[in-house]
Amino acid sequence: MKSAVVVFPGSNRERDMIAAIEKISGHRPVTVWHGDHDLPKVDLIVIPGGFSYGDYLRSGAIAAREPIMAAIAREAERGVAVLGVCNGFQILCEAGLLPGVLMRNAGLKFICKEVHLRVETTASQFTNGYTKGQVIRSPVAHGDGNYRADDETLKRLNDEDRIAFRYVDNPNGSIDDIAGILSEKRNVLGMMPHPENLIEPLNGGLDGRPLFEAALKAVA
Amino acid sequence: MKARVTVTLKNGVLDPQGKAIEGALGSLGFDGIASVRQGKVFDIEVEGNDAGKAKAELEAMAARLLANTVIENYRVEIVG
Repeated sequence: MKSAVVVFPGSNRERDMIAAIEKISGHRPVTVWHGDHDLPKVDLIVIPGGFSYGDYLRSGAIAAREPIMAAIAREAERGVAVLGVCNGFQILCEAGLLPGVLMRNAGLKFICKEVHLRVETTASQFTNGYTKGQVIRSPVAHGDGNYRADDETLKRLNDEDRIAFRYVDNPNGSIDDIAGILSEKRNVLGMMPHPENLIEPLNGGLDGRPLFEAALKAVA
Repeated sequence: MKARVTVTLKNGVLDPQGKAIEGALGSLGFDGIASVRQGKVFDIEVEGNDAGKAKAELEAMAARLLANTVIENYRVEIVG
């Protein structure tokens, strides 16, 4: 299986992501630069966390308009799996690959801690390694994680079973406790927490591992 | 030609920064503030002097980048 990790100026979690994918799949992902117009043929595209373009204008706003995003949109449309974590989630929303937007945390503070997430759906190639309702641990590290969407979008997300994860104890004011959502075709997942940072005993837990195992198995 | 694009949060969208500013103004002794909403202003110089064309372009810029229309409204003005 082949995967790509997309790097923008200001990305800073790509190394963790690359290490996690390599450790779990045994294959090192290709690193793709933001100015590229094409992607290598891969089965999984990951947009990692960080502060692309220093969060100028809005988090993810500038990165979302970069050339590589058009290529990612084309691949997503074809059904290729796309995972956006933290800044990656913000970029996917700004690019319109996922609905809604991530605003400043309701408490205004940058939050860096471990939270609990409830797995809300197992009907996706990212979440089918968990059980529905399972509570998992995951680190978060963000200033703009407060998910917002209009009522109609929120209703659709709920009706179509597209809320992947909810916070058990909402740290950032996200509407409906949303921590991660799926695209209409369920092949794009955006989430604020960092599953790539809980994949081996040295991290203090393995709760993020099933997400990668499932995603990588689906495309193997 | 000078233009100004003003981006403001839609009604009902939570604005924690505005709330914090409101609190700080209160701390400074400014009474009688009902609420503060924070927004953004973009001063843009446009080449040429076709105001109609510039306005249409600026509307497109605002819709596609300067504002996120999920949460924000925008207003385009040609100011001189």
